[in-house]
Amino acid sequence: MSDLNSSARAYAEFAKGLWKENPVFVQVLGMCPMLAVTNTAVNAVAMGAATMFVLVGSSTLVSLLRKYIPKQVRISTYIVIIATFVTVIDYVLKAAAPEIHRDLGAFIALIVVNCLILGRQEAFASRNTLKMAVSDALGMSAGFAFALLSLGAVREILGSGSLFGVSLFGPNFEPWVVMILPPGGFIMLGLILFFFSWLEQRARDRRARAAQEGGA
Amino acid sequence: MESFIYIFVGALVINNFTLSYFLGLCPFFGVSGRVTTAFRLGLANIFVMIITAFCAWALNTWVLPHAPYLKIISYILVIASTVQFVEMVIKKLSPDLFRALGIFLPLITTNCAILGLAIFMTNKSYGLAQGMVYALGAGGGVTLALVLMAGLREEAELSDIPALMRGTAMNLIIAGLLSLAFMGFAGLFAAS
Repeated sequence: MSDLNSSARAYAEFAKGLWKENPVFVQVLGMCPMLAVTNTAVNAVAMGAATMFVLVGSSTLVSLLRKYIPKQVRISTYIVIIATFVTVIDYVLKAAAPEIHRDLGAFIALIVVNCLILGRQEAFASRNTLKMAVSDALGMSAGFAFALLSLGAVREILGSGSLFGVSLFGPNFEPWVVMILPPGGFIMLGLILFFFSWLEQRARDRRARAAQEGGA
Repeated sequence: MESFIYIFVGALVINNFTLSYFLGLCPFFGVSGRVTTAFRLGLANIFVMIITAFCAWALNTWVLPHAPYLKIISYILVIASTVQFVEMVIKKLSPDLFRALGIFLPLITTNCAILGLAIFMTNKSYGLAQGMVYALGAGGGVTLALVLMAGLREEAELSDIPALMRGTAMNLIIAGLLSLAFMGFAGLFAAS
């Protein structure tokens, strides 16, 4: 494979995570952190960044070690690798941004059991070269962060009338408090998934119509 | 010292793991199609949570004071292997119970509700007895949420819902309404 081809493939691996195989909107993975920390946009960004660090780090290591990890113990090995990176980011956040660490609380530690991360190790990083594994991890985590941010931004705007802590509507805004509480998370994600399946249905209808007209 | 009833009811309904902490959502949406399956999954959850509470207490008492940075790794490894071990023991001693809990045990072990229990328990610095009560309450809460959700989904299957809305989107909105209902429990202890 020429170098040009490999770069093109690496880009394709990156791009698929953003939209076509978006981990949240299409594959519905990693729901727990998705709903729990998206009551403000700042928390959503922090969670997205932490997940990105863990996913890219563990994909790198798994891809480098893929020839040396015995098949029988691979899952436990992945978990130990992931848990190591989670411990690192946990301590880094505690030192660098104590307020964010307090807001995210246990959910930083719970990145270990985010099925998205283990899924990428098993399905992708363990059978691809370093370059591909890193672009896949970057793409998937960017897609995850994008999903977190879109849910977090909508919930913060509706629930507290602000975005990244900046008030948007002035003092007369009556906040729709339920949106920053747990039920709002469930309902808003439900509506977003509904919107995505509507988009997909529309695209499918249009393709079917085009095929029909082409045939006639 | 907080009373045991407060810990139990708090974990059961007020801070329900599934509906207000969003833990263990994958099985919550994956296995809540039928009431009987949901109930069994719930039982298996209670069982694993009690083992988890014990493991977490043991680690907190003897291991982690010397090596705090091993917290996350040791929780997940020790819990997973203890559950596997207990599963083997049950298979030998009581095949009936093993069949009832069955395939769910290995699935639950790496569920975020289990790790969440260990971490919350540590953050609240519960001892062994308090931890056990907390695990019972949290497991009961997960079971309650699962069974309610499965009942609602069985009903929803028969009703006239637009095809686009079926599947995960509808389940999320049902869960949202359920969670809204559970918010009513928040005032339970406020007066006293």
